[in-house]
Amino acid sequence: MSPGHYLALSAILFTIGALGVLVRRNAIVVFMCVELMLNATNLAFVSFSRMHGELDGQIIAFFVMVVAAAEVVVGLAIIMTIFRTRRSSSVDDANLLKY
Amino acid sequence: MSRSSQVSAVLAQGGDIPAPHIEYDQIGPLLLVLGIAVAGVLVEAFVGRTWRYYAQVPLAFLGLAGAFAWTIVLGVHDEPHHVAAEGALGVDGPTLFLQGTILVLALVSLLLIAERGGSVVGGGHFAAQASALPGSEAEQRSAAAGITQTEVFPLMMFAVGGMLMFPASNDLLTMFVALEVMSLPLYLLCGLARRRRLLSQEAAVKYFLLGAFSSAFFLYGAALLYGYAGSVRLADISAEISKDAGSETLLLAGVALLSVGLLFKLGAVPFHMWKPDVYQGAPTPITALMASCTLVAAFGAILRVYYVGFETLKWDWEPIMWGVAILTMVIGAVIAITQTDLKRMLAYSSIAHAGFLLTAVVATSRDGLSSALFYLAAYGFTTVGAFAVITMVRDAGGEAAHLSRWAGLGKRSPVVAGTFAFFLLAFAGIPLTSGFTGKFAVFKAAVQADATPLVIVGVISSAIAAFFYVRVIVVMFFSEPEADGPTVVAGPATAAAVALGLTATVVLGVLPQPILDLAGHATTHMFVR
Repeated sequence: MSPGHYLALSAILFTIGALGVLVRRNAIVVFMCVELMLNATNLAFVSFSRMHGELDGQIIAFFVMVVAAAEVVVGLAIIMTIFRTRRSSSVDDANLLKY
Repeated sequence: MSRSSQVSAVLAQGGDIPAPHIEYDQIGPLLLVLGIAVAGVLVEAFVGRTWRYYAQVPLAFLGLAGAFAWTIVLGVHDEPHHVAAEGALGVDGPTLFLQGTILVLALVSLLLIAERGGSVVGGGHFAAQASALPGSEAEQRSAAAGITQTEVFPLMMFAVGGMLMFPASNDLLTMFVALEVMSLPLYLLCGLARRRRLLSQEAAVKYFLLGAFSSAFFLYGAALLYGYAGSVRLADISAEISKDAGSETLLLAGVALLSVGLLFKLGAVPFHMWKPDVYQGAPTPITALMASCTLVAAFGAILRVYYVGFETLKWDWEPIMWGVAILTMVIGAVIAITQTDLKRMLAYSSIAHAGFLLTAVVATSRDGLSSALFYLAAYGFTTVGAFAVITMVRDAGGEAAHLSRWAGLGKRSPVVAGTFAFFLLAFAGIPLTSGFTGKFAVFKAAVQADATPLVIVGVISSAIAAFFYVRVIVVMFFSEPEADGPTVVAGPATAAAVALGLTATVVLGVLPQPILDLAGHATTHMFVR
């Protein structure tokens, strides 16, 4: 299969992730959609790496994984805190700050 | 291509992969700040609770001051214009100027963050225990025990380390890592306010979800540019654009997505929605840090990306940048008029200022670069000073940030009200303040680069913005004070931060030439490629 197919898949995954962030209400699901976008990026990096015949893109994917892991730590901590306070993880309920 | 074939050749021989060459002395300030952050984590682990504050504060001060001194040494030592760490970080005039600005502004913000002042602000600005539920017994217990939050110091140092790296990064991967190192501690810091904790936690969630969303866009843009150029290095991307080879779709989509991520961090319209919420909800010292240092770092990164990476593509991105700059200036100024919360109003004012700065990106000239550097330094000091004043005006529930509560403050405490009025005039760009000099320099550069319509929009939105700055002054000086109005309490560190902000605003307004010369000198050779 040509690397072009993987790029198409990565674009589709990225779009699903972006749409999920926009339409889902649960903060955890929104966050999972962001992770899906990051993984779509990894797929793009690895496919381009294959197309260019070099290793840089694959190394970059490792960096992205590490950063995504750190982001999970911080993100879950923040979402946990607000869940404990409000007993809800819906992003629609956090509505004190507006206009 | 060459590097990977080298690597596979080495692997085939079973030999060692050559270690990268790191110029430790050149990237010293960055390593020092991050090292102090790690040391701060160790202090949290091994020093007793009562002593932590007294260990963390000097450590953070020494780290920032030492890094600033090191930056100055790098700047005067020889004409800095080279790359370090195998080309990942640029060490050049504009970068050192930006890093120096970030370090000084971080020092002033640290004064606010470290303010504990006993009875003055009631144990500091940060929640004693972030994990204790607001209003719960655990929270009352930890408050009664007089526990102070000291984890904010290492978090802040990590954030400052990321900020130093962000404008210096010469390739998109380093830039992404810097972006995250800068943002992740800030997300946490936003949620740590001692009072109005629900607002603070909401600000943290919003900032985190939107920030992570935008950094995913940044990264996908970087991936597409890697596909286009076969490298994430800005200079290679620029060279590939000059060759006019490869897929233009990848290039344009990559530039667009990358710009989304960068403009989000700057708070440019239409990616500004997080800014008012986060600035209002976050603890005010952290708002001061974000409004000054993060803005400098994000704008430095934008300057580097557009001046080094995409300069040859200017015809394509210029119209978009015009639109973004105009929208940012106008929307920031217009929506600020309707605000009744001072922190929220300053957030919209910060959006408008981001728009004024973007005119310097459109200019893409040496004058544009040096004027943007001056503007960032001037605006940073004023904004830290203004947020410091907001922390001083308090009532029983903490800071009294609602505009109506400030009625008649000029009669109660003329010095504080006068200082705040001066900061507001500087934001508005009245002559003899640093704001005027900065705006004049930026707009002059834009006119020279044939962007006169942009400057006209800029001047008009400055006039709109002046309305709401003056409205605050009118409320402070020309209305009767309420009977139960807020009191002004000034801890020594906060007073020092206000004094520093005021001094810088006056000096950069009356005698701007030395700093203008410094910014001009720093940009002699522009960014290193």
